[in-house]
Amino acid sequence: MDMTYAGAEPKVAKRKRSAIARYAAPYLFISPWILGFLFFTLGPLVFSLTMSFYDWPVVGERTFVGLDNYRTMMMDDPQFWESLWITVKFAAIYVPFNIIMSFFLALMLHNITFASGFFRTAFYLPSVISGVALVTIWSWIYSKEYGLLNFMLSLAGIDGPNWLGDPNLAIVAIIIASLWGLGGTMLILLTGLKAIPKELYEAATVSGVPGWAQMLFITLPMLGPMLLFTFITSIISAFQQLTIALLLTKGGPLGSTYFFAMYIYDNAFKYFDMGYAAAGSWVMFIIVLMLSLGVMRWSAAWVYYEGEVRQNDGDGHA
Amino acid sequence: MRKTLLYSALILLSALFIAPFYWTFMTAIKSAADLYQFPPVFWPSEWHWENFGAAWNKQPFGTYLTNSVIVVVFSTIGQLISSSLVAYGFARFRFPGRDPLFIVLLATMMIPWDVKMIPLYMEFNMLGWINTLKPLIVPAYFADAFFVFLLRQYIMTVPMEIDEAARMDGANAFDIYWRIHLPLMMPALVLVGTFHFMNAWNDYLGPLIFLNDQSKYTLTLGLSMFKGLHEVDVTSIAAITVILCLPPLALFFVAQRYIMDGAVGSSVKG
Repeated sequence: MDMTYAGAEPKVAKRKRSAIARYAAPYLFISPWILGFLFFTLGPLVFSLTMSFYDWPVVGERTFVGLDNYRTMMMDDPQFWESLWITVKFAAIYVPFNIIMSFFLALMLHNITFASGFFRTAFYLPSVISGVALVTIWSWIYSKEYGLLNFMLSLAGIDGPNWLGDPNLAIVAIIIASLWGLGGTMLILLTGLKAIPKELYEAATVSGVPGWAQMLFITLPMLGPMLLFTFITSIISAFQQLTIALLLTKGGPLGSTYFFAMYIYDNAFKYFDMGYAAAGSWVMFIIVLMLSLGVMRWSAAWVYYEGEVRQNDGDGHA
Repeated sequence: MRKTLLYSALILLSALFIAPFYWTFMTAIKSAADLYQFPPVFWPSEWHWENFGAAWNKQPFGTYLTNSVIVVVFSTIGQLISSSLVAYGFARFRFPGRDPLFIVLLATMMIPWDVKMIPLYMEFNMLGWINTLKPLIVPAYFADAFFVFLLRQYIMTVPMEIDEAARMDGANAFDIYWRIHLPLMMPALVLVGTFHFMNAWNDYLGPLIFLNDQSKYTLTLGLSMFKGLHEVDVTSIAAITVILCLPPLALFFVAQRYIMDGAVGSSVKG
C-alpha cells in the first residue's frame, strides 16, 4: 500500500485505477470462460429451448406452436418411444457392465506389481483412438463370414451368427464395442484404489476381518466418490451414444439400434425440423438430469467422504 | 497359485483388448489373396507396405490430414491458454460470485452435447462459419469446464506464499500467472494438451455437422466417407484406420507418465 497523502491528485487517480484493476483482474482472468459460457452454452440452451416451442425449419417461416412439438412427439410419434426404449435398454446394460468390468480390471491391476504398467496400457489403449476407427475395426470383427469373432466361435464349435444383421444381436454388438473403450473409467477407479490408506486393510486384517468384508466395508465405501463420478459420466455418455450407432449399424437392422440421439440427429440434420429436434434434445437433457440427480441422492446412502469415515473411526468398529 | 491365476486372467483379457489393433494392422498389410481366407490368416505370408501409399492416394487424404492438423494445432493452443487463465482466476482470487460461477462451470459438464448441437449449428450458420474449420477451433479459445477444473486443482496445490513473495517483488497478477504458475503447471498442461489433442483429432460428430465440402473434411470424416463409398476395399480402409490411430497412440505413449499419474482420477475427489 502506498502511504501518500490524500491531497496528492495524480497518486489518487493512480490508486483508484489500480483498485479498479485489482477488482477487475479476477473477472478478466475468467472472462474467456464467461464469454464461452454465454455464447456456446447458455445462449444455445436458451435458443434451443425457444426453438422447441416453434415449428422451425432451417430456412423459411417459423411459427410458434407452444407445446405441440412435445405433444406430437409423445402422442403421435412411435419413433420417439422406440428410440428412447432402445437407449434405456442400452444404458441399463452398458452402464453397470462398464463400471463392474472397470472395477474388476482395476482391482486386478491393483493387486499385481510385475508388468502392471503393461496391462494398464493394454486396457487403456482402445480409449485413445477415434470412434470412427473403433467402428471400422469392429465392423470386421463382427463380419459374418470373415470376422474374427465368428472364427473364435467356430473354434468352440459354435456357428457364428450375423452380429450386425440380427435385430436382437446388433445392440449387443454395440454394447461390446462400447465396452472396449472402458479404459478411462478403469483408470479413475484404479487411482481411487491407490488412494485408499493401507493402514485400513492392515488394521482390518489384524482384527481378523475376512477379505470379502474388507471389500464390502473398506474398498467400496472408500471408492464411493469415484464410483459415483463414473456412474454419472457413464449415464451421460450412454444417452449420448451416437457415433457407433450411426456408423456401425446406421440404426438398423429394422431400427433395432435406432438410439434416441440418432432420432434427434435425424430430425435436425436429415429432416431439418430444428424445432422438433430441439424439443427432443430437451427431453434427453431432462432425463439425463433427473437420472444424475437421482443417482446423487441415492448415493448419499453409500458414498462416504473421508471426513465421515474418520468420525466413524471413533465409534470403535474393531 | 493365486498370482498365477491372476496373471493368466490378465494376459487373456489384455489379449482381448489388443487383438483388434493387431487384426487391423494385419488387415492393412495383407495381400488381397490372404484377405478372404477362412480360417483367417493371422501372420501374412507377404507384407505389403505399399498398401498404405495406395490407400492414401485413393482420396485427398493429404487435404484431410492438413485440415485435421490445422484444427488440432490451433484448438490445442487456444485450449491451453484459455483454460489455464480461467483456472488461475478461480484458484487465486476471492471475488463476488466466484463460488456460484464455479458451480455453474461444473454443472455445464453435465449438459449433453445433443442439446447444444442444434442451436450451435444455427449460431454458426448465422455467423457464416458452416463449412469452415472455425466451429472446430474457436470454441477451444473459451476454456473447457473439465480442463479448468483439472488445472484449478493443480494450482491449488501450489503454496500461496510463492504468489505473495512474487507480489512483494512487484509482480502483477498476470506476471504471477505467466512466470510462476504456467511453468509450474507444466505436467497438468501436458495432460490437458494430450486430452484435447485426442478429442479434437478423434472428433467425428463436429466435422460431420459443421463441414460439407470434401476439401474441408478432417481425417475422421474423410475415412468414414471413404468407408461408406468403398465398403469392399477393406485393405485401404484398414490402412487409413492405422494411420488415423497412430498420432493419438504415439502421443499417448509420450504423455503416458502424466496420464497414468492419475491427475484425472485424483481430481475427481476434490
